[in-house]
Amino acid sequence: MAQTATGIHHRSYSSELRLRATRAEYLRLGLMLVLLIVVPFVLDNYWMSIANTILIAVIGAVGLNILVGYTGQISLGQGGFLAVGAYSSVILSDRIGLPTPLAIAFAVVLTAVVGTFFGLPGLRLKGLYLAIATLASQQIIEFLIRRDYGGFLTGGLGYINVDRFSFLGFEIGGRAVFERQWYVILAVLAVLAVMAARNLFRTGLGRSFMAVRDQDIAAEAIGVNLTRAKLTAFAVSSGFVGLAGALTAHYSEVVSWEKFTLEVSILYLAMIIVGGLGSIAGAVYGAIFMTLLPVVIRNLANALDSVMPFLGSQLPAVQNAVFGLVIILFLIIEPRGLNRLWERVKEYFRFWPFRY
Amino acid sequence: MSTLVAVLAYGLADGAILALAALGFVLIYKATAVINFAQGEFLLVGAYMFYTAFVVMGLPLAVAVVVGVVVATIIGILVERLILRPMVGESPISIIMVTIGLSSLLRALVQMFYGTSPKPMPKLLPTGSVNLLGATVPINRLLVILVAAVVLTAFTVFFRRSKHGIAMRAVADDQQAAMTMGISVRRIFAMAWALAGVSALIAGVLLADISAVDQNLAAFGLLVFPVVILGGLDSVPGTIVGGVIIGLLKQATGTYFDPGLATVIPYVVLVLILLVKPYGLFGETRIERV
Repeated sequence: MAQTATGIHHRSYSSELRLRATRAEYLRLGLMLVLLIVVPFVLDNYWMSIANTILIAVIGAVGLNILVGYTGQISLGQGGFLAVGAYSSVILSDRIGLPTPLAIAFAVVLTAVVGTFFGLPGLRLKGLYLAIATLASQQIIEFLIRRDYGGFLTGGLGYINVDRFSFLGFEIGGRAVFERQWYVILAVLAVLAVMAARNLFRTGLGRSFMAVRDQDIAAEAIGVNLTRAKLTAFAVSSGFVGLAGALTAHYSEVVSWEKFTLEVSILYLAMIIVGGLGSIAGAVYGAIFMTLLPVVIRNLANALDSVMPFLGSQLPAVQNAVFGLVIILFLIIEPRGLNRLWERVKEYFRFWPFRY
Repeated sequence: MSTLVAVLAYGLADGAILALAALGFVLIYKATAVINFAQGEFLLVGAYMFYTAFVVMGLPLAVAVVVGVVVATIIGILVERLILRPMVGESPISIIMVTIGLSSLLRALVQMFYGTSPKPMPKLLPTGSVNLLGATVPINRLLVILVAAVVLTAFTVFFRRSKHGIAMRAVADDQQAAMTMGISVRRIFAMAWALAGVSALIAGVLLADISAVDQNLAAFGLLVFPVVILGGLDSVPGTIVGGVIIGLLKQATGTYFDPGLATVIPYVVLVLILLVKPYGLFGETRIERV
């Protein structure tokens, strides 16, 4: 393998099949690992809770990107699928008494099944129509949870308290270590999820997803089974989302329908748009960016309280306005998101002092 | 019998407003192929603009209406010019997302300027009620139906008879051909957004008059989707039929079964329609499917 100014020149199949080819890429991977390990030692509980939220969002965003970014199937039903994961996991672990990890695994499978079911309209519909169909599925799932016919889910309370995560005698500790122990669990799962997704698109199945996105009729002509590809994409994606939902439930130790509204679906779509559609790294950047955005605005508003009290008193509105503005500006200025910006920075340095 | 009359009156009033809101949506989709998720926020902004002119600034009703129409037109044109025009040629997901971003922005702006509490507005329509076949029906609901009918007729006549209306239909039918005939497609796009703003303003004010001026007006906007899917995404008569059916269905479900169920029944209808007849009752059968 040789690295030249015009790209990477592979001399063997094994070098081409590698996930990372250059020394810079290994360096970055090392930096990421160091960062992941250092985080729990430098952050306080408040920022640790945000880091944990980000890790869950990463899993959910990667899942959604498999469906939207890689397969080209728009979904506004993310909130509903998160809810399916959260509720099923909690009911299996706390009511039926399965060990929590097993309950989470079942929740992932169940969400995949439900996701596949709601993916059925996707076999006949594309683009705008599919977006509206998934909007309806979101509203219907949300309604079923909210109404809770027969009190099976929340027993009329509107929420379920979730037991503290425990497994084989290990139990998450109290306030002092709570966030850090969760961080370890979530970081491992998030890394696994990212790696799984990254490798999925090196398999025939993953490639067939992208073929469907790019040109479905051509894909069918070269022998991709469209029905199978689309439904598997819904299943795989919902599986990731179900995991994120189940983790949200066990981490926050309470589930209620307010956490799974249409706004959540939109937030996740915003993550993958801002990060970069059809890019796993982009989903990670987007999850970090969109989770940090309201936090940063809140801290900024607190800091500027004496100069601009308006910001603090109108905080939710300001956060929503910035949220909307960020989506619009990204779509207009850099539709391929943060991931593309990062690539442009890299290209700039690679080609320096030339501009191309 | 009396319950049925009440259901009909309330349902038709809701349906009439839905049809007006959906009209703006269909205009935009027909002319520019943009799915506007911010239609509910257009209602919201329209109602607040009217409220500002009529109550805050104390303008006479006629002037307030003119001010509202002008502002709605300007907002519509600005949105088209600043946000949608740079997005021409992007994928459906990007266009959907940009209107979702717009809806979030508009709602936040309204909240910043007016707060979250409902604003009391003097009733425009008379508040009494009449006895209709044994049912007590508020006059304002009946008038809402009347006003909406007049406005929808006016729009229909505009498309049939006026030069601009015919130009709009031409662009919707075939952009390329319309361009060769000397029609400015850009101007038509701007006009579609402006008219959508105006129809949303009327719907918003009517809705505000029978309920209140508050943030919930935007939630009403999501109901536009069942209406347009039922009626057909690109059909103006479809919005009226779809609006009336959804309005009646919602009211009937709420009265005879369960008020909670009424909020979700339009979406159930939506899914069924998509599965059975995806282009709706009057829509063109040009749907993309594989």
